[in-house]
Amino acid sequence: MSESRAGTAGWLKVHMGLLFGFLYLPLVVLVVLSFNDARRSVVSWQGFSTRWYGEVFDDPQILRALGTTFVIAALATLLSVVLGTLLALGLERHTRSSVLDGAVYFPILVPDIVTGIALLSFYSLIHFTLGTGSIVIAHSVWGIAFAAAIIRTRLRGFDRSIEEASLDLGVKEIPTFLRITLPVIMPGIVSAALVVFTLSVDEFVIAYFTAGQTVTFPIQIYSMIRFGITPEINAVATLLLAFSMLLIVAALYLNRPRPDGMPELAGGRT
Amino acid sequence: MSDLKTMSPGAEAPGRVVSAPVPDDGLARSRLGWLTLSPAFLWWGVFLATPLGLILVSSFFRRGPFGGVVYEFTLDNYTRAIDPLYLRVLWYSVRMALLTTAICLLVGYPAAYFIATRTSARMRNALLVLVILPFWTNFLIRTYAWIVLLNREGVINRTLQAAGLTDAPLPLLYNDFAIVLGLVYGYLPLMILPLYAALERLNPEIRESAEDLGSRPLRILRTITVPLIVPGIVAGCVFVFVPSLGNFPVPQLLGGGRRIMMGNLINQQFLDARDWPFGSTLALMLMLILMLLLVVQSRVLRRGREIGIDV
Repeated sequence: MSESRAGTAGWLKVHMGLLFGFLYLPLVVLVVLSFNDARRSVVSWQGFSTRWYGEVFDDPQILRALGTTFVIAALATLLSVVLGTLLALGLERHTRSSVLDGAVYFPILVPDIVTGIALLSFYSLIHFTLGTGSIVIAHSVWGIAFAAAIIRTRLRGFDRSIEEASLDLGVKEIPTFLRITLPVIMPGIVSAALVVFTLSVDEFVIAYFTAGQTVTFPIQIYSMIRFGITPEINAVATLLLAFSMLLIVAALYLNRPRPDGMPELAGGRT
Repeated sequence: MSDLKTMSPGAEAPGRVVSAPVPDDGLARSRLGWLTLSPAFLWWGVFLATPLGLILVSSFFRRGPFGGVVYEFTLDNYTRAIDPLYLRVLWYSVRMALLTTAICLLVGYPAAYFIATRTSARMRNALLVLVILPFWTNFLIRTYAWIVLLNREGVINRTLQAAGLTDAPLPLLYNDFAIVLGLVYGYLPLMILPLYAALERLNPEIRESAEDLGSRPLRILRTITVPLIVPGIVAGCVFVFVPSLGNFPVPQLLGGGRRIMMGNLINQQFLDARDWPFGSTLALMLMLILMLLLVVQSRVLRRGREIGIDV
């Protein structure tokens, strides 16, 4: 028995090695090439240089797109976290409806292209001007769902007796919420904010349909990619990868322990 | 999970001192419930349910001359959607999405199994973070990375030629292979996580006793592990299949736009052909497939619960 088990373990380790190679090598190649001192798309190494990063920060189009994206992400995050916190509280404490529980995941499951065109049709029907506002709303649709899912994992470990103590001592519900509940679930809220912010900065398909003439960072990247490979894209890609990974690691760290928390956080973005 | 549910606030966990009836008469509770739940659901009602309802409605109308919808009832969009030309696109998309799902399952299962059963708690968290991390980065950039690797002058072709393994560049990009590769790369974490969650809850003693009784690993897999994690498998398959089916950047960028999938077709109808009613009809087909899969999934979950698998 132990022999076959050890044999399997060996194969599994090889498999894991290949898997992580598959997941990370393409990204490593991008990062390495972003420092390549080569004129065009060239893959061959011409020496180390940070000039492409300089070009990125000198490109007014990229900077404008980046600014737009950060404004959108900040607003979408604010909206998602406020509504998501309330929703998480409601779901965790004021209902046991499994229908509502399931309904929360629906906005994440709807294919992004369907959300995109449905919102585009809706905005056009009510003559809502496309731009920052329309993208903020579009992103909040799934942002709320992600935020609620993450904050719920925090609420589940909440010891309600501390709230009850406060209420028993005559503190009203809202001050109790602000002074007791909110500080305890704050790591969950911050974690949710980081995740929604990252997702919004990275989101392309829904923004593509609801942006009108507005150019977000991913839309800018899409149009650059369609023109072909350039070292500048490699630098932009590296910056965005580093940014997203940093925020997500911070979010995971804040919302850690809880063995069942991981799958919740990783819920699924379609 | 079941014991987590009973421990959750609201349910009175045995042994916990429940303080005197907090000002929590039914009325205050339901008012709070309403106040907390309604903003999000109202928001979704306006900005998700209504738009989705709108595409259902516009699928029964005619296109406007410059986009938009003319409110004249017709079934033309539906008869057009089942035209062999479009059915072929649907069939091609389903095949590509199925292939993607199957590969993710084959690659993802051993990984999930390893993480769930052969690692220490610390290692497990680290590996899970490593699996999800790429998933939370920009999808376009992950797709672009494969253009850099696969194109005629790309990293792989350069390397192969430099090593003398090939004389001419291999056609790695702009074909079905590249599309499936891009989709697998994009959605593999969505398969691994639910599989991991299901495997992690599995009682290892069942497997170990089968091993002690001399069962071969493959037989254990087939007769014990797989039947017990069916809900996880179904969830992973839904999470991968649905977004693959509706994806449009991957076929566009890695397929070179030569073969189109449902996502590209919807994109074309909305932004190029400006035929919103027909585009809506196609989008509804995606929604219909999603709904069918969700029904199947809930059936599997219910059946799982009946035979004692709790997920």
